[in-house]
Order: sequence, then C-alpha cells, then structure tokens
Amino acid sequence: MGRRNIITLAIIVVLFAFSVSVVAVTDIFGRSGMTLGLDLKGGVYLEYQAEFGNESAADNAGRLEETKRIIEKRVNELGVGEPDIYTMNPDRIVVQLPGFADIEGAKSLVGSTAELIFREPVTGVSTSLVGSVNASDNVIAVASTSGFGVGDVFGVGSGSTAETQTIVDMNQADMTFSVTPGFDYDHADGESIVNQWTPAIGLIDGEEYVLAGKYLLPKCLATVDQTSNQPIVAFEWNDDGAMLFSQITGRLVGQPLGIFLDNELISAATVKTQIGANGQIDGLTWEEAENLAIQLNTGALPITLHEVRTQKIDPILGADSLHDGLVAGIIGLALIFIFMIVYYKISGLMACLALLVYGAIVLAIFKLMPVTLTMSGIAAVVLSIGMAVDANVLIFERIKEELRAGKSLGAAIETGFSRAWPAIRDSNFTTIIICIILFWFGDALGAAPVKGFGLTLGIGILVSMLTAIIVTRAFMRALTFTPLAKKVKLFHP
Amino acid sequence: MIDFMGKRKWFFIASGVLLLLCIVFILPVGPFGLTWGVEFTSGSSLTVVFENDDVTQADLLAEMAALGHSEAVIQKTEANEFIIRLNTLEESVQDPDTGKTVSELELIHTTLEDKFGELDIPSSYGISPSLSKSVARNATIAVIVASIAMIIYIAWAFRKLMHSVRYGFCAVLGLVHDVIVVLGIYAILGNAFPLEVNMMFIAGILTVIGYSINNTIVVFDRIRENFLKNPNAPIEETFNRAITETLSRNINTSFLVLLVCVALLALGGDTIRDFMVILTVGVIVGTYSSIAIATALLIEWEKGSLGRILGRLNPRRAFARS
Repeated sequence: MGRRNIITLAIIVVLFAFSVSVVAVTDIFGRSGMTLGLDLKGGVYLEYQAEFGNESAADNAGRLEETKRIIEKRVNELGVGEPDIYTMNPDRIVVQLPGFADIEGAKSLVGSTAELIFREPVTGVSTSLVGSVNASDNVIAVASTSGFGVGDVFGVGSGSTAETQTIVDMNQADMTFSVTPGFDYDHADGESIVNQWTPAIGLIDGEEYVLAGKYLLPKCLATVDQTSNQPIVAFEWNDDGAMLFSQITGRLVGQPLGIFLDNELISAATVKTQIGANGQIDGLTWEEAENLAIQLNTGALPITLHEVRTQKIDPILGADSLHDGLVAGIIGLALIFIFMIVYYKISGLMACLALLVYGAIVLAIFKLMPVTLTMSGIAAVVLSIGMAVDANVLIFERIKEELRAGKSLGAAIETGFSRAWPAIRDSNFTTIIICIILFWFGDALGAAPVKGFGLTLGIGILVSMLTAIIVTRAFMRALTFTPLAKKVKLFHP
Repeated sequence: MIDFMGKRKWFFIASGVLLLLCIVFILPVGPFGLTWGVEFTSGSSLTVVFENDDVTQADLLAEMAALGHSEAVIQKTEANEFIIRLNTLEESVQDPDTGKTVSELELIHTTLEDKFGELDIPSSYGISPSLSKSVARNATIAVIVASIAMIIYIAWAFRKLMHSVRYGFCAVLGLVHDVIVVLGIYAILGNAFPLEVNMMFIAGILTVIGYSINNTIVVFDRIRENFLKNPNAPIEETFNRAITETLSRNINTSFLVLLVCVALLALGGDTIRDFMVILTVGVIVGTYSSIAIATALLIEWEKGSLGRILGRLNPRRAFARS
C-alpha cells in the first residue's frame, strides 16, 4: 500500500472520529445539539417594518438598533429559550421565538410602541364641526383650533354615538386636525367638538413637562390590587416623575386622571388624594398587566413598527415535520445503500462507507457553524446525498469501462477517477453557482427557507465532492493491495 | 450505440405537446391554474383544526363572509382541518361584543369558536402586499441571475469547443422545459389534491433544477470528451455515442433518486408530501430533457437549423438572404 494512501486513510479516520464525536457529544465547543429552524421546532416569527420620519439614514439606523435592544429586553422578560432578534436593511426587524406558540401575546408585547402618557380632563373649551366627518376619514375641519393641541383627546356626539379621538397632527393654517385612521364618526355639520383630555403638565425649575412613561423607574410590577382583587401594574417614579406626579395629583383631587397607552385610554381612575412616588394602573386583564409591566420596564420604542410578515407554527406540528424529515432521510439512505451494494458490489460498499464519512462531516459542520436546519435544509441534504452517490456512480461506470477494456483493477481505478472528474467538477460547480445565488437572494428576500436551502446544499456539495474523490478513492486504492483485487468481477456490475 | 439524435423530431413533438398542455394548465383560465400561496399574493393563511368533525366548507365560508371576509378561499385538507386564505388581517380591530381592541386573528378565532366549538390554529402566516411584491420580484431576479451565471460558467468550462456559449444556453433551455412541465403537472394534480405554490415548492423546483443541470452536464461532458478525442466524427455520431455511454449512469442515478422519492412519498408523512411530488415529477422530466431535449436543441443549433427557423420567422432577413 502506498505511503501517501496510508496518510490519506489516517487523515480520513481522524476526521471521521472527530466529526462523529462532535455530533455525538451533546455539549461541545459551546454548542449543544443541532440548531433547528422554526418549521421544525415550532414557534413565532414576526417581521416588522419601521416607520421613519425625515431623519438622516444614520439616525434611522441608530433608532432601529435601539428598538432592537428594547425588543430584546422585552423578549428576555418573556423567558423564551434562544430568541433570535435581528435587523435587516434598511428598515426591518425580525423577531423569532422558537418553541413559543402564543402569537397574539408575542405581537402585543413586541410590536407595540408602549408610549405611556398621562392626561387630565379639560372643561369649558369647545369648538364646532364645519363639515361632517365620514367613516375612515382622518382629517377633520374645524371652525377654530384654539384650546386644542397635539396629543389632546376630543369627543364628538353624545350618548351611544359619542366617540373620542386623539389628535396626532394639527394644521393651524387650514384649520384641520389629523387623527388616527379608522375614525367612524358620521354626523351632520355644526356639532360641537369638546376637548376632553389634555396632556397632564407639571413644572420642574419653572419649565413645563408632560408626565409620561419615561419618568418611571424600571421597577414596574404586575400584581393584584389588595382591595378590588383586580390585576394592576404598580409603578414607582424617579425624582422628576415624583415631582410632576405630586403636582398633578394635587391639582386633580376629585377628578379623573387618564392613563393612555399608545394613545388609547386604558384607565381613568379618580384621584382621591395627592400622591408622590408610587402609583398603579388598573383596568387591565392579567395578561395585559404582565405585558405592560415588561414594556414600561424596558421603555417605549423610539419608532412605530408595522407588521409585514407573521408566522406561527405549533411546536407539535414542528416536531411532526422533524420526525417526517428524519424518517425520510433514513429510508432514503437505506435504499441507496442497498442499491449501491447490490449493483456495484464491493465498489458500492466502499461508496457507502464514504457516504458515512460524508454524513458525519456534514452534520459536524452544521452543528459547529451552526447552520439552522429547516425542512428545506433537509431537502437540500437529501439532494446532496444524491449528488454524492451520483459522483460515485459516475466513477464506477468509468471504472467498469476501463475494466472491460482489459485494464488491471489498480489502473482502472486511477483512470476511472481521473476520467470522471471533469463531469463531477462541472456539474457540481454549476450547482454551487445556484447555491450562492440562492443564499444571496434568500438573504435579500428575507426568505429563510431559500437561504437555508442554498447554504446547506452548498456545504453538502462541497463535502460530497471531497468524499467522492478523496475518500472513495483512498478506500478503493487500499483494496488493490488485498487478495480481493484479483477478483475483478466483485468490483463492477 | 443508439441513434437518439435521429429521433429528435419526435422528442421535439413530444415536448412541444407536453409544454403546450402544461402552459394551458398553468394559466389561470377557467378551472385551471396554480394555487398561489400567500407569500406571493400577500394576505393571511390560517390552518384551522376543529374538534367537531361536522363543520362544512360552506358553513365556514358563510361565517368568514359575515366577518367581512367574503374574499376568503377555503380548502379542506382533512375531515376537520381547513386552510383559510384571506386578505391581510388588521393588527387591531374592535370586538363588536366586548368593545375591546383585539387583533383580527384573535377576533376570527373567538368568533369561529363561538359558532363551531373548540378549535386550534396550529399555524398561521401573514404577509403584507409590499413585501409579497418584493418576494415575487426578487425571486424573478434570482432565477435570471442564476441562469446567466450558469451560462457563463458552462461556456467557460466548455471553452475548448466551438460555440461553447451554446452549451450553456441549451442547458438552461432544458431547465426551462423542466420547470414548465413540473409546474403544469403540479397544477393538474392541484385539482385533486390541496397543493399550493409556497416557499417549500420553490425549494422543490430549485432541487429539480440542481438535479437536472447535473444530468445535462454529465451528458455534455461526454460530448466534450468525444469531440476532443475525435474532432472529425459526424456531429450526430458524437452526440449519440455520448448519450449512449452515459445512459447507464443516467438511468442508475435517476432510478435511485426515483426509488427514494417514491418511498418518501409513501412513507415520509404529510409535511414533505408536496415536496416529494415535485421531486418525483422533476427527476423523470429532468432525466428525459438532459438526454433528449438539451442535446437535441444543441444539435439543431450547431447544424444551423435554429438560425434558419429564426430567419423564416423574420421575413426581412429571409428576403435579404435570397
């Protein structure tokens, strides 16, 4: 046996042993087990698009990063194992929560801005409509804008048709309010608009400040009120907040104080006495209280997010897919082994041994990189196994031709491999080109399955080329030094 | 040596008929056409599993219409399991019963539960119109770029031959043939089974492309080898020899892959069934096109008959020549 072939065989054995131990040992190099994608593990996928203002690109990128950090903190409070949160240029944030099934809970926790603002009631100021407001209009013309400001809440109508809206923008020049879309008010001209809530303002060093969530200490807690037995969020102010809060509650004894979350009124309890550093928010379900406490502790998002893609896969469904995929892989592999050994005999057996080496190396790479394994990734592995076998089939067919031409086994093996190489190289490189493009576009598309397919197939093909050319050849060369080499018939169909 | 190229007229006729048939089935006319997944159409898709077995498609359709989703398309996948495809769901709507702000998905869940009893939504998917548009656009660009890159690589790999770019073009044309046929058969099967075009489908098509290009290059590689060995042999003979010599490899590999596909189709479970359908069809078509179509196109081009056909289609050029 040639000295070089012995060295090659030794390297193959070491590599195989290393790969098997990487795959078999649960905790190795900081990796425990294969990284599974959402489709195999189940979970929630949320993709958001940020709504930017007119700031510079650098500012926007900074705010996107800050938003990502806040979302990370919120998700960490949720206690989901291995959440994956990342930004995609220019304005996307992706949140993946593996093994988590409550998509509604996840959405309201992650995606809402959670801007908490306190407002107080206004009395005595009113203006009247000059045109009727129709369903889904969001610009309202008024006779006078005096007494109103952005952030104020006004009411239209009375009794069962009464509606309230928050002013998000105001145009003094053409006397219009802008409100959030979906306003349903449809009444005649001339009905009066009443300013109901105005931001609660206090003074610090003579300057006016609106009491808002940013003055809270990160100590908010979802709990149950001792007397009413209802869920509440207990909060604590920092020094500035405490100063504003005591001024405002002092002024409003006997009147309601409105607490608004993302411009929606969640609580309007009547102030009984002047309060300083502590307070509570009621009018919530237990789940809402828990989410709100987390959101207040982690702070409001600096930008508004819109859902662009959401996906939920039940963990049980994911486990089914994984099971199906694995069973499929094992059956496929067993069939390939049987066919190769029956048809190509000893050569086929060598190819199967090479396939085992291939499988171990690929799995070790997947675990160490780590490559996230998805359903489409499994498909790619199956295809790359097919290509690994195909390379061996190409080689064995060539060897068969050489043997039939009367060459010795050793010579036939050498010529067979070198003749088959151009076909293996060109077909695999062409497929690798497809892989690179899929990976690249899958990334741009935000299509994880396409990207994963490209990556796994690319790795699979590179390794399969190596095992077909190097490992199978080393095994075959080693056999030429055994008595089996004389029984040439055992090497081809 | 088998005379494959002498029968190329029949290959063209067979493929022409097949392609025409497939295109008819792909086009969204009458009962035909593909069911596109929400990734490409935008909107939402929910899998709903009822505890009751007696919920009918019509009941569900009526209830969805009452919820303001008369555009909902409902597909029954199992006795008590349905896939509902509808427009993009709102992030927040008002629950008419409680007056609370909830997400539209939640509202649908509670309304259906009130009407039909306990249910589970094991998977849901939603995508906004702007994103789905970019998915379709990027997918198209990816396919075009991949095709060009393959043509360039093959042209380079076969540079020792004359007109090596033609090899690349013919290989890619073979792939176009395969993709159309797979799409067509998928559309036909879609009349009987719940099959939709989604990301998994795309992965399946890409697998077929990867497999088919492999086959084609193996054949072309033999043509290259035989040309270089014996440059003066008649072109038909070189092609026939190459196809015959690679036939046992092509049949063995395809048989093996097909064996695996059929086994997985039977035993692999629900989640990969669509994928295996595509692969099974794709392997058969891909093997055929590598042996018969890519080579036949190449031989026509090499013999100049493609140019003559184009000349005939272009009367001015034909006139100029005469």
